[in-house]
Amino acid sequence: MSAVITTTGISKRYAIGSAGRMHDTFRDVLTDLPQKFLRAVQPANGHGQPSHSRRTIWALKDISFDVQRGQVVGIVGRNGAGKSTLLKVLSRITEPTEGHIEIRGRVNSLLEVGTGFHMELTGRENIYLNGAILGMPKRKIDSAFDEIVAFAETDKFLDTPVKHYSSGMYMRLAFAVAAHLDADILLVDEVLSVGDTAFQEKCLGKIRMTARSGKTVVFVSHNMASVQALCHRAILLDRGRVVVDSSPSEVIRTYLSDAKSGTCVSLGDWPDRKTNGEARIQELHIADGQGQPATVITAGSDLQFTIVANFNRPVVDPCFGIIVHSATGEPLVDIRSIHSGLRSGRVSGPVKIVAVARNLWLYPGHYVLSPWIADSNCSHDIDYVRLCATLTLAPASGDHGDLKLDPLWGKYWVPSIWSVQ
Amino acid sequence: MSTTDTGWTPSRRSDPDPLEPVLHIRPSSGRARFPFRELWEYRQLFYFLIWRDLKVRYRQTYLGAAWAVLQPLLAMVIFSLFFGHLAKIPSDGVPYPIFSYVALLPWMFVANGVSSAANSLVNNTNLVTKVYFPRVVIPMSSVIVGLVDFGIAFCLLFVMMFYYHIVPSARSLGAPAFLLLAIILSLGLGFWFAALNVKYRDIRHIVPFFTQLWLFATPIVYPSSLLPEPWRTVFGLNPMTSVVEGFRWCLLGTGSLSLAMLAISIAVAVALLVSGALYFRRVEKTFADVI
Repeated sequence: MSAVITTTGISKRYAIGSAGRMHDTFRDVLTDLPQKFLRAVQPANGHGQPSHSRRTIWALKDISFDVQRGQVVGIVGRNGAGKSTLLKVLSRITEPTEGHIEIRGRVNSLLEVGTGFHMELTGRENIYLNGAILGMPKRKIDSAFDEIVAFAETDKFLDTPVKHYSSGMYMRLAFAVAAHLDADILLVDEVLSVGDTAFQEKCLGKIRMTARSGKTVVFVSHNMASVQALCHRAILLDRGRVVVDSSPSEVIRTYLSDAKSGTCVSLGDWPDRKTNGEARIQELHIADGQGQPATVITAGSDLQFTIVANFNRPVVDPCFGIIVHSATGEPLVDIRSIHSGLRSGRVSGPVKIVAVARNLWLYPGHYVLSPWIADSNCSHDIDYVRLCATLTLAPASGDHGDLKLDPLWGKYWVPSIWSVQ
Repeated sequence: MSTTDTGWTPSRRSDPDPLEPVLHIRPSSGRARFPFRELWEYRQLFYFLIWRDLKVRYRQTYLGAAWAVLQPLLAMVIFSLFFGHLAKIPSDGVPYPIFSYVALLPWMFVANGVSSAANSLVNNTNLVTKVYFPRVVIPMSSVIVGLVDFGIAFCLLFVMMFYYHIVPSARSLGAPAFLLLAIILSLGLGFWFAALNVKYRDIRHIVPFFTQLWLFATPIVYPSSLLPEPWRTVFGLNPMTSVVEGFRWCLLGTGSLSLAMLAISIAVAVALLVSGALYFRRVEKTFADVI
């Protein structure tokens, strides 16, 4: 067994500007010069601190792990846990502050699909440009060209500038180029969260094939289902440190165990979310069909959710929803306000939205919830609070005794009628 | 570490291959070196970035290639009218239009090259934050792209020489050497400005102002023969002086280029290139964090 990636004590420190600015201006440097000069000639006044007192944060702290040849390793963790920073350090985009990494074999990273695509260039031209950016030799692009085009299903538009492409076509072409990357070690960041379901399936299949062909893959993802399906092993990061390094199911269980439990969970400060700042979900209340607060619901009964949110800007007809995930993070039930035709109108300030899910016939066990708010066609997230609250379903007895619902054999129960013919 | 319950079996090819490349990632030590070998490995990216810039430019602008000629041509017309015709600035005995045009050719190349190199990293933020490659490729390609415009504008010079009955002598073979000096100078300043622009975003506004002042500190609208010695030689501290006077000497057979002036200019240009490249290398590791 040989390790192809060996990381030893990797740490990465970032400086945060004092005034919350990312960029200095050259003007400030010039105007600070006289002060610096004064300080230099009067060193004894005890104020040795520079005027820009910089705060620093450790995005990664003392990360060590090995990846064996042919292994597919998932890196999971909440937002800000350091997943993307780790991938950037591994792919040499940014330098570690401390530590050492040794990588054996040709490595290629894919942090985004379509990096460097130019809107004015045609599909054909972008295939070559993107290929060159991803480090593919021209010979390799030439030989893979037909395959790329076939995979992307865009042959009719090859000589059209990509600015006229639909977003689906654009993503397909971008992924197709990336999918033909040739490397021993592939570092991939969440590229699967794009495109329609059919295309996502295709992408997953491609990664699975890559993994089967003996290549080593390090895969950063929020999608627990794909981590579970693709990875041999997973690493959970939290605040820049490795928390668990084990099998995917073990890691996902630990990852989801910090979801809040209770009938009223406050989510205003929940860090793991995808938000555009227009609104923020503050609380999620869970109750049974009668409106009595509860965290344990009998399978098959009604369930009432209340989302308390605050809109910082008025939004017309926002869409609300809740995803019920399995204990391994797989989405199972997706309920949303447009399913009942709710038109919320122009919403601003604090709001309270109540949803009742009827006859929730999920198997008994633990589930995790993600409430969300999106725009009126549910196409852009306004605030998506990832895997933040827990829900437990208790066994129910059917009309004819215990239903014997074992989550090993199913996830969702439907009434059925049986007869002997 | 335990991999027992992960369902993973090691692949058969498990012996370390001695020919396999081994990459080491660690915090860089203080010494900055120019990545000649890596640059060679990434030559294809270099080529494609130039190709992209050319394609996009000639597709986006209606004028396309004509713009490459129009820019120096219009400047020449204005300069000839105001400085040559009205202000009667001497032109070393050649017609003023060709006197200024021959200087504008390398000037436009350097000025456009420096300002596009200065913005090159910021304009390619998505590349810098998502893909690894030697960052010097970006400002270098944006300087080199300017050679195409230079070549197009140069054709007009032949037309003008024909019109003014100026026969090129064997000296014109020396022009590429001065073009090389212009490239060295553009790269040097380009590296400095590009790297500074990532950290200090007001460099973007300083560069146009700088080039404007630089235009008049370079003998483009006037000959350097206006200056008495030893100041004329000191003028060589601005390497553009030697580039411009060198072009005049090679192509028109006039001008007041001296070896001392040229030596000073070469020294300054090379110093800018070396210091710019080293500064760029020293700060490039933070580009992805601050851009």
